[in-house]
Amino acid sequence: TIREKAMALLFLPALARMAVCGGTHGNELSGVYVVQEMERQRKEKGEGVWPIPVTTVLSNPRAVKECRRYIDTDMNRCFSRDTLSSPITDSSPYEVRRAQELNNLLGLKGSTDAIDLICDLHNTTSNMGLTLILCTSSDWVTLHICKYLQTKITKVPVRVLVLDFPISDAYSLESVSKHGFTLEVGPQPHGVVRADIYIIMKEAVDLTIDWIHKFNSGTVFEGGDVETYMLIKSVDYPRDPETRTLTAAIHPQLQDKDFCLLKRGDPLFLSFSGETVNYEEEETLHPFFINEAAYYEKGIAFQLAKKMMLTIPAVRVQKD
Amino acid sequence: MKAVAMPTVSRVAVCGGTHGNELAGVYLVRERLKRRADGTEPVSVVTVMSNPRAVQLCVRYVETDLNRCFTRATLSAPVSETSPYEMIRSQELNALLGPKGSAQAVDLLCDLHNTTANTGLCLITYSDCDWICLHICKHLQREMASTPVRYVHFDIPLNEAYSLDSVGKHGFAMEIGPQPHSVVRSVIFSAMQEGVQLMMDWICQFNSGTLFEGGWVDVYTMVKNIDYPRDSETHVITAAVHPNLQDRDFCLLHPGDPMFLSFSGETLRYKGKEALYPFFINEGAYYEKGIALSLARKRRVEIPSVLVNKH
Repeated sequence: TIREKAMALLFLPALARMAVCGGTHGNELSGVYVVQEMERQRKEKGEGVWPIPVTTVLSNPRAVKECRRYIDTDMNRCFSRDTLSSPITDSSPYEVRRAQELNNLLGLKGSTDAIDLICDLHNTTSNMGLTLILCTSSDWVTLHICKYLQTKITKVPVRVLVLDFPISDAYSLESVSKHGFTLEVGPQPHGVVRADIYIIMKEAVDLTIDWIHKFNSGTVFEGGDVETYMLIKSVDYPRDPETRTLTAAIHPQLQDKDFCLLKRGDPLFLSFSGETVNYEEEETLHPFFINEAAYYEKGIAFQLAKKMMLTIPAVRVQKD
Repeated sequence: MKAVAMPTVSRVAVCGGTHGNELAGVYLVRERLKRRADGTEPVSVVTVMSNPRAVQLCVRYVETDLNRCFTRATLSAPVSETSPYEMIRSQELNALLGPKGSAQAVDLLCDLHNTTANTGLCLITYSDCDWICLHICKHLQREMASTPVRYVHFDIPLNEAYSLDSVGKHGFAMEIGPQPHSVVRSVIFSAMQEGVQLMMDWICQFNSGTLFEGGWVDVYTMVKNIDYPRDSETHVITAAVHPNLQDRDFCLLHPGDPMFLSFSGETLRYKGKEALYPFFINEGAYYEKGIALSLARKRRVEIPSVLVNKH
């Protein structure tokens, strides 16, 4: 059939080089220490320490030094085409300046010189296990990496979240490279490094390098179905109309239940004065980023996703 | 032990937002301020947002840690417009709720805090023989079914005591974890609300003449702090708290037990000679203070029966 033909083996170019970026948010510490450890390994064992060329980057060094999410503005919103091409003045936010530096180092975004893969390391206070965040649902390379990680990592749930931006709108760091994804691990408080969370993130990075090496060496990766979650919308906290301060917290029955089913009538919030607010919509969806600290200021208590099955073809490296 | 007569606890202060990103206390103070007193309460309670600027910015502090600004030296130092915000604020709070060490100070100061460590509910104070604080602890232990409640003692003389709770005649920090900073978790908020309510109930009963039977309380007295292993040049940490120790606050740590796991995979062990009780394990705000965990000795303290002395 035409579909079977379309899903037959797809040849893709080799991935010459990848970047591992930590500290894009300066207080999300697993990535900071994974990058630190990788740089220590490179110093000790030389460039051949990994089977493929890897560039390690501390994305936001000033924010890392101060252990803050950002100095002037959220770095992970600074990679849109507009921001990357805006003229830099003395009053430009630090992160805009730094984003342009990173674009020169790892990009230029959209050009053939851009690095093949960016793996951007993040933590969340939400109970999301290991979540691989993709900006697009049609990049077979990143979807294959997700499938590989799901097979190999058993300690925690490994889920795939697709934000499905039109490429022109993408504003995050991983949109600079030809292929990119975010490795999000939680729960971990910001400003804290937990050994168990660090180990998960390190393992995921090592397996990503592993996949690329195998792919470049000619391994056929079988196609199949990948279960993904597609972002539908965000829900804010109930707030006081004048002061905008929160009047409720995430309900105990929703807290830590990332990716479980949320049905009509399920509790969402418990107000500080004891009232329950329920989910009133018809559509059953999956909540995630439940009670992420950094999202209070963005007006997000949690986000909702629909489960979506994606079918990916078998892939193999294109030999010259 | 003979019963002890103690004066009425007539003026109480409940303080939140001493650290602006420890949110259970912030929201509890906001909630209490919304429900304004109608003057019929049996105890006079003042509810205070300790560090409003830090709360606004959702940071621990703006210039310096407010909860280190209550030593006699800092409280009596001359302040100007260029003094750190928190230093000016500590003197304001001392005027409002103290002065520390004087007869005008509030009878009891309860300062609300959160920690990223898995501590349950702790009452943290400078005395191991403050019968009011110890009885309140016993009451919370009796009445709070689902939350472990412990009494933590820092053996520091009053002059050097640096935290807000040292301003009251009796005082303690009510510390609840685990909660990430800048996050409010519903069950943590509820536990704090319950803890404060039970404290108020005890005070009312005490003031009304109830005799509280003596008994025994386990007291954890702080012995020392342990820092992270750090790179000798850059001072950057080279290991995280070991998975076997993480979240095991108040579980006995023996010599030889794993303490840290380096980022390159080595286990570092506890080298002390004495088995001690770790707490504040992996508190986010303590990385900059050079503290990975604190260690305490536990002992059973006998407390007398107490009764109010109305005269």
